[in-house]
Amino acid sequence: MAKAPMHARRKNPILRTPLPTLPPHARSRVALGLTAAAARGALELQVCRDCRAVQYPPREVCRACLSSRLIWRPHNGEAELAAETVLHAAQDLYFRERLPWRIGIVRLDGDANMVVYVHDSVGSAPCRVRVEAALDRAGEAVLLAVPPDGNADLSADPKLREMTCDPRGRKILVTDGKTAVGQAVVRALATAGAEMIWAGEAEPWKKIAEAATLRDLPQVMMVPLDVTDSHSVHELAGEIGAKVDILVNTADCHRTLTIGAGGALNAAQLEMDINYFGLLRLAKEFAPFLKARAADGPASAVAWVNVLSIFALSNYPPHGTYSASKAAALSLSQALRADLYTAGVRLINLFPGPVDDDWDQLELPPKLSPGALAAALVVALQGSMEDVYPGEVAQDWLERHGDNAKALERELSEGSQ
Amino acid sequence: MKAAKKKRTKKAATKKVRKTAIQTANDHLRGWLQSLAASPRLRLVDLTQTLSPDFPPIVLPPEMGQCRPFRMEAISRYDESGPAWYWNNLSFGEHTGTHFDAPIHWISGRDLPNNSVDTLPLAHFIAPACVIDCSPQARADADFLLTIDHVQAWERRHGRIAAGSWLLMRTDWSKRSDPVAYQNLDETGQHTPGPDPDCVRFLVSERDVLGFGTETIGTDAGQAAHFKPPYPCHYYMHGAGKYGLQCLCNLDLLPPTGALVVAAPLKIREGSGGPLRVFALVPAPHRG
Repeated sequence: MAKAPMHARRKNPILRTPLPTLPPHARSRVALGLTAAAARGALELQVCRDCRAVQYPPREVCRACLSSRLIWRPHNGEAELAAETVLHAAQDLYFRERLPWRIGIVRLDGDANMVVYVHDSVGSAPCRVRVEAALDRAGEAVLLAVPPDGNADLSADPKLREMTCDPRGRKILVTDGKTAVGQAVVRALATAGAEMIWAGEAEPWKKIAEAATLRDLPQVMMVPLDVTDSHSVHELAGEIGAKVDILVNTADCHRTLTIGAGGALNAAQLEMDINYFGLLRLAKEFAPFLKARAADGPASAVAWVNVLSIFALSNYPPHGTYSASKAAALSLSQALRADLYTAGVRLINLFPGPVDDDWDQLELPPKLSPGALAAALVVALQGSMEDVYPGEVAQDWLERHGDNAKALERELSEGSQ
Repeated sequence: MKAAKKKRTKKAATKKVRKTAIQTANDHLRGWLQSLAASPRLRLVDLTQTLSPDFPPIVLPPEMGQCRPFRMEAISRYDESGPAWYWNNLSFGEHTGTHFDAPIHWISGRDLPNNSVDTLPLAHFIAPACVIDCSPQARADADFLLTIDHVQAWERRHGRIAAGSWLLMRTDWSKRSDPVAYQNLDETGQHTPGPDPDCVRFLVSERDVLGFGTETIGTDAGQAAHFKPPYPCHYYMHGAGKYGLQCLCNLDLLPPTGALVVAAPLKIREGSGGPLRVFALVPAPHRG
C-alpha cells in the first residue's frame, strides 16, 4: 500500500480544475448523534437503557424492546466483516467520480449490522475488523472497517484518504509562526511531510530568536502577515492564496486581564482584533481560494484549522477578555465551517486548556506544551475529526460542560479551574 | 483703598505679562514671515512620512498598553457599499507615524495650562527650525547622543539658537526604509540616536526652544529608559511646556537655519499629540 506521494504531480494547466462534489449528506436529527461523536474522533452508538441492546442505524425507539430510552455511548467497534463487495456503478456524482469503492457488511459484537466502507488493508470477509467513525467530505459521520489491531492509517487507502486532511505533500499556511505554539506547529507539520509551509510573520522588528531558526527548515518560508491589517491579509492571499491546501490559524493574542482591570478595554480590543477580526479577515480572503481548489487532485485544498481555547466554551474570569474573544472566534468558525463544507473543505477547531507559555505562566499544571498541542493538531489532520480537545484540562472542561454548563460557569466564577 | 489699588496693580501686571507672551509669539511670527517674504524664491519641503499599516509604532513590553498602529478599512470603493464614492475608516494611536507630542503627553507637563493639542497657541504651529546635522555620528553609532558641546559647536558656525525655534536633530534615520532597521531593536531594547539629559536641560532653560524634533520613533534616544531621568527629552521638554516632533523625514533638505516649519496637530479634545502633516518653507539661496 503506497503512501501518497510527497510531491503531488504537477497539474496540467490546460485542463479545467474539477469542481468539488459531496457525498450524500442528508441526516435525520437522531442520526446526527453519530456525527457529534465522529466530530471528536469517537465512535458512539445508541444503547437501550432498558434492554441494553445496541442500535444501528440511529433510531427513536429500541429495535428490541421498543423503549424510547436510547442513549449515546462510546463503542469499541469490535466486529466481524461478514460480507463485502466492490461498487462499480453509482448514480451519485461523488461516488461516480471515485469508483470502484469497496464496501461491506459488518456485525458488531453488540449484534447490530451495518454497511461500512472497507479499508484496503482489511483481508477478505469473513474476518475480524474494528469499526471506526469518520467524517466524510460533507462533514457527516461514515463508518469504516479497519484492521482490528493498531492504528489504521486512513491515508494509506486512496479512497479513505478523502476522510482525512493529511498534511503529507500539502502546502500549508501557518498564520503566525513566531509564537511558541506557531513554531511548534510549523515544525510538526514539516515532520508530518508537508511539502511547503508558509509561516506568517507580523511585526518583523520584534525578533524571536527561536522563530528565526524556522528558516533553516527547507520547506519553510517566512511571509509577512499581520491579521490585524486587512491590507496585509489581502496581499498575502493574492500572492499565495491559490496554492494553500491547509490554513492553520495560530495567530493569537492572550492578555490575562479581568474585565475591570486598568487597560482592559485596549487589551480586549487587541485580543478581538487578532482572535476574532483576524479570523474574519483570513476567512474573507482565503476561504474562496480553498473552496475553489477543493477537488484539485490528490493535494487539493482540504482544511482550515483554528487554535481556539477551552475558555471559548465557558468564560474563565481571570482571563475574561481572552475567553470572550475566543468565544467570538468559535461562533465565527461555525459560520466559516458551514461555508467551507459546501465545497468539502473541513474546519477543525482545537480547544486546548492552559498552554505552557508566557501568558498562562500563573496557571497551575497540568499545562499543555506547545509541542503536544502541535502533535494533536497533526493527528487531527491525519485522522478524521473537527473538534479537538487536547490534554487533561480540556477533556475535563469538555466533560463538565457537557454534563452541566451552568455548574461549570459557577465553578469558574470562583476563579478556579 | 491701598489694598484695592495693590490688587489692581497686580492684576494689571499679570495681564501685561500674558499679553506680552502672546505678543512675543505673534511678533516672532510676523518677523519670520517678513524675512521669508523678502526671499526671492521659496521651496516647500515635506517633512512627513506616509501613514501606512507598515509604518512601525513604538514598541513597549506586551503587558503594557499599546499604541495602535495605523489601520485602514474601506467604507466603500465605488461599490455596493457606496456606489460612486471611495472612503476609509482609520484607526491609530495619537503617537503614530510622523506625529506631534504635546506637554500633557508626559507626567511632568500634566498640570501646565493649555497643554493639550486642542488648547495650544496657534502661533506655535509656525516656527523657525534650527537643524543640527548628526547624520555622520548616527551612521557610526546608532546610540549616538547629542550633547551641549555639539550644540555649541553648531552655534559657533550658525549663530545662537533663537528662542521659540524648533531644534531638529538630523540623523538620516528616516532613510532606513526597512522597518526592522528603522526600529533597530535587539534583546537590550532599541538603539536609535537622541539627546543626552544635559543637552535637553540646556535647550530648555538656556535656549528656550519651542520643541525638539527627530527622525526616529520618539524624541528620546532608544536607550533613554535607562537615562537619569528616564526619557529626559520627554521629561524636561514637556515639563517646560515644550513640544516634540518625531518620525520626521527630509531633514537633509533643510538649511541649518532659515526654514520655517509648519506643524499643526489635529484639534483633539485633551489630545496628547497626533499625526500631522509637517512641512517647511525654505528660502532659496540667491543666485550669484
